[in-house]
Amino acid sequence: MELLRFTTAGSVDDGKSTLIGRLLYDSKSIFEDQMAAVKESSERKGLDHADLSLLTDGLRAEREQGITIDVAYRYFATPKRKFIIADTPGHIQYTRNMVTGASTANLALILVDARKGIVDQTCRHSYIASLLQIPHLIVCINKMDLVGYDEQVFNNIVEQYTEFASKLNVNDIRYIPISALNGDNVVNRSANTPWYQGATLLNTLETIHIGSDYNHIDPRFAVQTIIRPHTNEYHDYRGYAGRVAGGIFRTGDKVTILPSGLTSSIKSIVTFDGPVNAAFAPMSVSITLVDEIDISRGDMIVKENNQPNVSQDIDVMICWLNAKGPRTGAKYYVRHTTKEVKAVIKEVVYKMDINSLQRKEEDKEIKMNDIARIRLRTTQPLLFDAYRKNRTTGSLILVDEATNETVAAGMIVD
Amino acid sequence: MHKYYLNHLQELEAEAIFILREVVAQFDRPAILFSGGKDSIVVTHLAKKAFWPARIPLPLIHIDTGHNFTETMVFRDALVKENNVQLIVGSVQDSINEGRAAEETGINASRNALQTVTLLDTIEKHKIDAAVGGARRDEEKARAKERFFSHRDEFGQWDPKNQRPELWNIFNGRKNMGEHFRVFPISNWTEMDVWNYILTENIDIPSLYFAHMRKVVYRDNTWLPYSEFITLREGEQWVDKKIRFRTLGDITITGGIESDADTLEKIVAEVAAARSTERGNRGDDKRGETAMEDRKKQGYF
Repeated sequence: MELLRFTTAGSVDDGKSTLIGRLLYDSKSIFEDQMAAVKESSERKGLDHADLSLLTDGLRAEREQGITIDVAYRYFATPKRKFIIADTPGHIQYTRNMVTGASTANLALILVDARKGIVDQTCRHSYIASLLQIPHLIVCINKMDLVGYDEQVFNNIVEQYTEFASKLNVNDIRYIPISALNGDNVVNRSANTPWYQGATLLNTLETIHIGSDYNHIDPRFAVQTIIRPHTNEYHDYRGYAGRVAGGIFRTGDKVTILPSGLTSSIKSIVTFDGPVNAAFAPMSVSITLVDEIDISRGDMIVKENNQPNVSQDIDVMICWLNAKGPRTGAKYYVRHTTKEVKAVIKEVVYKMDINSLQRKEEDKEIKMNDIARIRLRTTQPLLFDAYRKNRTTGSLILVDEATNETVAAGMIVD
Repeated sequence: MHKYYLNHLQELEAEAIFILREVVAQFDRPAILFSGGKDSIVVTHLAKKAFWPARIPLPLIHIDTGHNFTETMVFRDALVKENNVQLIVGSVQDSINEGRAAEETGINASRNALQTVTLLDTIEKHKIDAAVGGARRDEEKARAKERFFSHRDEFGQWDPKNQRPELWNIFNGRKNMGEHFRVFPISNWTEMDVWNYILTENIDIPSLYFAHMRKVVYRDNTWLPYSEFITLREGEQWVDKKIRFRTLGDITITGGIESDADTLEKIVAEVAAARSTERGNRGDDKRGETAMEDRKKQGYF
């Protein structure tokens, strides 16, 4: 069984909670005591239907105010796949939350109200999905029941979206006409849309090919920690523990260690279950080398003929996550793979207007939820790839040195 | 099928191992919160795999309420011995004796809430800067909002509305003196994943999880096990039933379900068919809609 992580985006009242509720309910992932609690709370609030959003809104403040504050993670499984949903709120701080949810997703569900068509929110959410390089997009055209399951309405929205999406960087976009409320084309094929020949939403989620979402071309292995047992049996053992970020590593491979540039070859790839011949993303393993080399956390094992960029000047698209914007000349900790270095924001190149997809070259004051292109200067070189080539070696966060808060998420531009 | 491919349990395992290694790399004095329940047993098993062939580089912390199942204690001691790992015990009885915690009274009295005092005292006494736990996001709605690296202020409190965003696989463990982190490597696992993993890896778990005959009383829609700490109400009586436990906590709050599942395979089948959540038999969660969030804010596990 494979694991698919997806995020959901939509504006207020477009039926996102209902859709998630239906996926969970129809896949039998809602338990009787959960359902009973939801019904009881709904009745107490004077609602005449079970409000499925109560399943996801867990915090006291959320339940009191009837809003979703934070990303909630939901889980369900079918016999074919296990799913993790990052359910991101549609209104409050949508950029910050959607960026968070999108950072680990293979797929994004974008909801469009069939009566309204493409609205500003749709464009924003799609832009963020593209910025975060989510490999697959499913546009669910919802509330088809309210437009009489009209094929023309569906076709118009598809055409509108296709034109907009040509400005984005997403390869795989699919369109499904649904009614989350009635269940049309969610789990079961609808008799109301005989003109639609494609798969249902659940069937698409179950079968979409995600095997090639990881980079299996450029070998990258950032060292997390060094394992030294100091026992008689493993006296000289020195295992470099980490998670493969890209490419394939095999026993016997010649490797280069960065930043030192020293070379060696792989003696063994160690796991508790025994040695393996090949390690690939996202495996967690330990690598032992033939030669004794001084390697520490933050170093990267790569191949001689395929090396990442090494630089102290880095161009990054960032999403600002903190209520306090960046101060001029302020220093931040950059966390990138397993390395931490200090950095200063040298320049704000432009801010992005995510409604019009235009660059704002004059207004450069960064505030919460803003997306901007900046230039960083780090105290030590980072070992990185462009985000579009590798989501692990191409991503970083900025941490405020005074508050220790994570203040920005960054995607490295080549 | 693609050649370079992990199934969902392998991917969850790789994620958890990555997080455990981050904990050891980023913190000075991390520890595993060990309750003797299946989730903390799985976390301990993952730690064994993450650092092999070295031994587990984190001590285990057990918060002993004094209201234990004997089976849990025997199991704990055997696991500690087998893995040659350090055990730190924080005693709720000591906290009560020292006047740091007050015993609840009444018919449903339990020491569940008192654990928070002892846990925070133990963390402070041993200068633990990261306490690794087996909580999962699918367990409970407040836990669905938890980060992998969850910050606690100098009073050990959780501020759910002001959590650090957590992106990709980059975990920010920076903190000031006196603050600590709770870390949850199996956040993304479901109850089903845990049981399938225990089955696949053939992990040893306490016999309490398997169906067995036990003296129990029916109260609040669950079968409470016999112990010296429970007083029968009028009309209640002890009966012998074949039951098993889906979760393990204190003996006073952990209810069992009627079951014939006496092998791991049968348990997996039973969990797959279950129509109610595993915490449905936990008295501690029935104290209001946001009982878990309220306890967690105070520093509860």
